[in-house]
Amino acid sequence: MATLNLLVVVCILYVALLFAVAFAADRAARAGRITWLRSPIVYTLSLSIYCTAWTFYGAVGFAARSGLEYLTIYLGPTLVMIGWWWTLRKMVRIGRSQRITSIADMISSRYGKSNLLAVFVTLLAVIGTTPYIALQLQSVTLSVATFARNDLTTTVVPDRDSTALLVAVGLTLFTILFGTRNLDANERHHGVVMAIALEAVVKLFALLAVGAFVVWGMSDGISATLARIDASEIADWQVPGSRWVGLTMLAAAAFLCLPRMFQVMVVENEDERHLRTASWAFPAYVMLMSLFVVPIAAVGLDLLPSAANPDMFVLTLPLLAGQDGLAILSFLGGFSSATSMVIVAAIALSTMVSNHIVMPIWLYATGGSAMVSGDVRSVALRARRLSIAGVVVLGYLYFRVSGGGTALAAIGLVSFAGVAQFLPALMVGLFWRGATRAGALAGLLAGFVVWLYCLFLPSFGPSVVLPQTVLDHGLFGLSWLRPQALFGAAGLDGVVHAVMWSMLLNTTAFIIVSLLSFPRPIERLQGAQFVNVFQHSGTRGSWTGGLAQSEDLLIMSQRIIGARDAQAFFSAAARRQGIGGYLPEPSPDFLQGLERELSGSVGAATAHAMVSQIMGGATVSVEDLMAVADETAQIMEYSNRLEAKSEEQARTARQLREANQKLTQLSVQKDAFLSQVSHELRTPMTSIRAFSEILRDTEELSASDQAKYASIIHDETVRLTRLLDDLLMLSVLESGQVTLNNQHGSLSAMLDRAVAATGGTTEALRIHRDRSAEDIQLHTDLDRLAQVFINLITNARKYCDAQEPALSISVKNDNGTLIVDFIDNGSGIAMDHQDVIFEKFSRVGDLKASGAGLGLAICREIMARLGGTITYLPGQGGAAFRVTLPLEARLAAQ
Amino acid sequence: MSGEAGPVFLQRRTYRRRRLKDAARLLPFLGAILFSVPLLWQGTPEAPTRTSSVMLYLFVVWAGLAGLSAVISRHLDDDQDDDTHQGDPPERP
Repeated sequence: MATLNLLVVVCILYVALLFAVAFAADRAARAGRITWLRSPIVYTLSLSIYCTAWTFYGAVGFAARSGLEYLTIYLGPTLVMIGWWWTLRKMVRIGRSQRITSIADMISSRYGKSNLLAVFVTLLAVIGTTPYIALQLQSVTLSVATFARNDLTTTVVPDRDSTALLVAVGLTLFTILFGTRNLDANERHHGVVMAIALEAVVKLFALLAVGAFVVWGMSDGISATLARIDASEIADWQVPGSRWVGLTMLAAAAFLCLPRMFQVMVVENEDERHLRTASWAFPAYVMLMSLFVVPIAAVGLDLLPSAANPDMFVLTLPLLAGQDGLAILSFLGGFSSATSMVIVAAIALSTMVSNHIVMPIWLYATGGSAMVSGDVRSVALRARRLSIAGVVVLGYLYFRVSGGGTALAAIGLVSFAGVAQFLPALMVGLFWRGATRAGALAGLLAGFVVWLYCLFLPSFGPSVVLPQTVLDHGLFGLSWLRPQALFGAAGLDGVVHAVMWSMLLNTTAFIIVSLLSFPRPIERLQGAQFVNVFQHSGTRGSWTGGLAQSEDLLIMSQRIIGARDAQAFFSAAARRQGIGGYLPEPSPDFLQGLERELSGSVGAATAHAMVSQIMGGATVSVEDLMAVADETAQIMEYSNRLEAKSEEQARTARQLREANQKLTQLSVQKDAFLSQVSHELRTPMTSIRAFSEILRDTEELSASDQAKYASIIHDETVRLTRLLDDLLMLSVLESGQVTLNNQHGSLSAMLDRAVAATGGTTEALRIHRDRSAEDIQLHTDLDRLAQVFINLITNARKYCDAQEPALSISVKNDNGTLIVDFIDNGSGIAMDHQDVIFEKFSRVGDLKASGAGLGLAICREIMARLGGTITYLPGQGGAAFRVTLPLEARLAAQ
Repeated sequence: MSGEAGPVFLQRRTYRRRRLKDAARLLPFLGAILFSVPLLWQGTPEAPTRTSSVMLYLFVVWAGLAGLSAVISRHLDDDQDDDTHQGDPPERP
């Protein structure tokens, strides 16, 4: 008889072996010897955590109760695996390219990295998984109790609570030790994966051994066993179609959505090609796992007393036959199934809880500063460890509270139905870009509520959570709200009923809300990335580290921070790592430093994106890209502003230069004018003085001489007066104190007057006019306008240097504006003088002609007073002035 | 899907590979149908369908599916799986 003590010793040895294997695998992985850890067989075996203690013990119980129906639990995943080309390939590719850490992360990433969604999925996953963990604890305690009852050497039956507690503590320890080695949840847990691969082999071997023993040891071969099946209670094939199809679909959905399956299938996936092997090896594995279930059930039903728990047939049959070694092997198989499930589930859930619930709260509580990376790392690790403990404790509490009375299979299906609610959000999101965050939330919420009401709460039994009246007559007495006959759908199996309604309402709400809502930009980007993942991510490259990447990094850094600085930085880092040359190992410290260095030049987000593109092999996430876009936009805006500013400054500088040039020119002109004025004043003064002295001192002057000298003096004083008059008029005009005397008159008459006043058309200046155009009536200060014309004609007379000087006066009426051009045939005014001719004191060219340089300045002032302009018109073949005047009586001075 | 159609005739190897992909996509449907077949075996009250025969049938189908999947996935080579479900990229004959 197997003693309990022996069992405990074997169990402890086995656990020690698991620790050793995990430890060795972790060490090998860190030493870089991971080729064999990465084999597709290890991947396939790690998928076998789908087969929990529920499979190991429960399947036989399931079969003993309802025949072949238990097969649905494996047929569903088999269909998913052989259909890997549809979904799993896409999920794994997305998981790698987006660096997904859990199913909550996957769903939230798809819908624009919504943390609300992640929190919701996490909570749902915790609620759905807790009973399942309790189930594992229960199966271990049940099996220990079975052993104890069979042990004749002791009468002490171990307390079931303490057994469960012991197992829970051990599992927590193992998980924390090997599951939280490194922070990056995207990195592989080699130790854990190796341990569960070993456990997968043990449980398959154990079940096959028990099966073979039952068939060939306890029955007499295959045909005898088949005969025994035909003779048993489960001989008839009578599985209801709805349950057969419904449970198969449920199992398929759960296989995709269970957090622990997602963990090993997507997160721990080393290489997409492993899926190829798993696509046939996993179906083969579960087929072998379920091969002997019906024979064991049939033989157990036949040989064991009817009171025996069919869930424990795997254990009690070897014990009945006195095969202690086989019984212990069988126990180890069940123990392996239970522990591997709890370990992976705890890792998966703790990642979700710490990433989506604990860390956001911590960051919020500490002011949201994630800048001190060391700090955050330790907090995240602690959060994850606490979450692992929390998840296991939750399972233990559920186990204590529920009392472990329910049949194993029932809890399993309830849990399956809970996590299957992720399916619409997950699958539709992979294939339909129109799926939105609001839709996913609505669908999850609807499915969750229906599941809670129709399956989870009633699963505790009548009157435990839901009162019997609600079960019988529906909520608020509404019969169509009966939890197990929703909308009048009575007569269906409870699980099928709940799955049907929850999935139906879930999907409907999801699609309707998705159609009605409008996604945010990041949702749409993520949606496109997910749906078209095969177009975006070219390679399935793995995260191999090495010097090749360091070289790429060096090339990139040289471009950004310059060759000398980059080489200095790299060689310093290499020296710190004890390596010669320029290429250090791409260690996290080095990468962080490099990123900081680069971010000084290109911005943090850009630097991160660049380094991760070389190092990660992952595509840059949309958030990275958006941050890059933001930075770029900021830089562009800044440089735009700078450009605008510098343009403005250049404009100002140009204006200043022009002004300065003008001032300098004016100052030169003014000096010239002063000398001219003094000359102009001095010449008449000299004559006046000289002739007045002659008149005073000379006694015998003839009367004619006297008259002549007196008239010279008179002329000179007239000239002086005119000069002074001009200056006076200019100052009056400029100060704006002029009074205009507006009259009616014709332009033609005025031009006649001006031409006559300047001496008419003579040999010295021919004047060409177009009299037909001049017939325009004016209402303005005619005298002052005439003065402008006179000045212009006088100027032409004075300065036109042509052989046969000629002046043409052309008149135009341009939309109510009078335009009079005075164009002579001389050499015109040089470009550099054109700016200053209208300034006071300005005189153009040599000083052969008399004049103080006030004429044009006066003209400009007069025209300004009359509301018109006078400008120099370049490019007319001579000096050309244009006078414009509005014909309407709109006078500026009045 | 691109508006530009690929060549009408493909190399034999390429053609074979595409049909393998089709097979990989269809395999789960074949499995689902085969697994549902026993639902049609109602039997009669005197001679109900035996669990043992259904079990044998299911396991034979199961093993066959795993074998088929192994053959298909082995022959789908790595460098050609980067296209989408919707359309295969045009290839030069």
